Amino acid sequence: MAKIIAGVTSSHVPAIGAAIDNHKTEEPYWKRVFSGFEKSKEWFAKTKPDVVIGVYNDHASAFSVEIVPTFALGCAAEFPPADEGWGPRPVPVVKGHPDLAAHIAQSVILDEFDLTVINKMEVDHGLTVPMNLVMGDPNGAWPCPVIPLAVNVVLFPPPTTHRCFMLGRAIKKAVESYPEDLRVVIFGTGGMSHQISGPRAGLINSKFDKAFLDDLVKNPKKLTKIKHVDLMREAGAEGIELVMWLIMRGALDDKVDEVYRFYTVPASNTAVGHVILENKSRKSGGKAKKAPKKAGKKKK
Amino acid sequence: MPRVEKEYDDIPGTFVFDQERSRRGYGINMFCMSLMKAENRKAFKDNEAEYLKKFPLTPEQTEAILKRDYNRMLELGGNIYFTAKLGATDGHSFQHLAAVMTGSTQEGYAKMMLGGGRPIEGNRSKSGKHERKSKPAAKAKGRKKAGSKRG
Repeated sequence: MAKIIAGVTSSHVPAIGAAIDNHKTEEPYWKRVFSGFEKSKEWFAKTKPDVVIGVYNDHASAFSVEIVPTFALGCAAEFPPADEGWGPRPVPVVKGHPDLAAHIAQSVILDEFDLTVINKMEVDHGLTVPMNLVMGDPNGAWPCPVIPLAVNVVLFPPPTTHRCFMLGRAIKKAVESYPEDLRVVIFGTGGMSHQISGPRAGLINSKFDKAFLDDLVKNPKKLTKIKHVDLMREAGAEGIELVMWLIMRGALDDKVDEVYRFYTVPASNTAVGHVILENKSRKSGGKAKKAPKKAGKKKK
Repeated sequence: MPRVEKEYDDIPGTFVFDQERSRRGYGINMFCMSLMKAENRKAFKDNEAEYLKKFPLTPEQTEAILKRDYNRMLELGGNIYFTAKLGATDGHSFQHLAAVMTGSTQEGYAKMMLGGGRPIEGNRSKSGKHERKSKPAAKAKGRKKAGSKRG
């Protein structure tokens, strides 16, 4: 049976993509950001998931204001990078996993999550920047199929943190009922604190971010009680993207091992938060479980 | 109909892109979306006022676009991910727009970000209602002045 073995959060700042695409990752400003993902790339290469579910949001690329789906699951075989106004990012086409995606759609809709099925979609930096950061240089092809799950966080209100957490739960159940032996990793992207609009632009709230990270790991249920107005007040109008992290967290077990954490300010206008969480009972793929590792350490 | 007061209207310097603004600002956002195509960018640049007539815009919205009044565009229903496309059409970086919206210089804005960003203290609410008590997740140990240093 398929199993979700780990979850990853990562900011998806467009300027990070531009820094990669324009070969600026060695500049001191960007090196500070990219150095925080070196261990993540090692982790990903070692973990070698069969499929990634990428929870992200579109930024007026695939969806304008004409159609605004709250949850849109990418069920296509592939998703080309979107032209965001400067030509598409020079990254490979994202290959999907139509069989697993169809299975998830079928399962979660019957679990009362009425998501939108998407069979044609271009994906923007929201999805591909975290892929670059965690998977590394794709060098012609991404290392595994990715199922995009686009969440509306642009038009208020986005789904609540609780709703997102419960969708994560439904996705977990869906994956675990898929007959093929697949090891799945789920990404929650966006955040952390940032505001890029209006006179309050530039807002950063590191204290909030760090507490959010702690709760995400150990006490996610607490985060399911946060109201949107408080999230926007504390983490910035666009910091509301953090709701997407709860989908990732809901798809994991109650108890997880935090195997890596990185936090820095700023990347462009944004606080960057990144954690890797592993389920304690990773069975599929035949990996035996050892004693849980301490948070902040990378597994060898 | 006047705007119905929302709880988040108390957040200072913030125009939440909600259902009501989205409805009013449809023309602004669809105009910005049209700038994704090179030929439209050119047509707009050739005659801005004429090009804007193709979209359902109020006179105030048209004026805000022509004047590049980004905060006004947000207030009238524009969304930042859309209006940023107008900025890009003008050849401006996002940081330039951020500086314009915050009434700062680009250099000053960049410096603020490098210094840890705009602090949350004093920026939670217009009414001052939320300044002292933090929200659940923000209840971190060891309070220190926001904006001092970052990890």
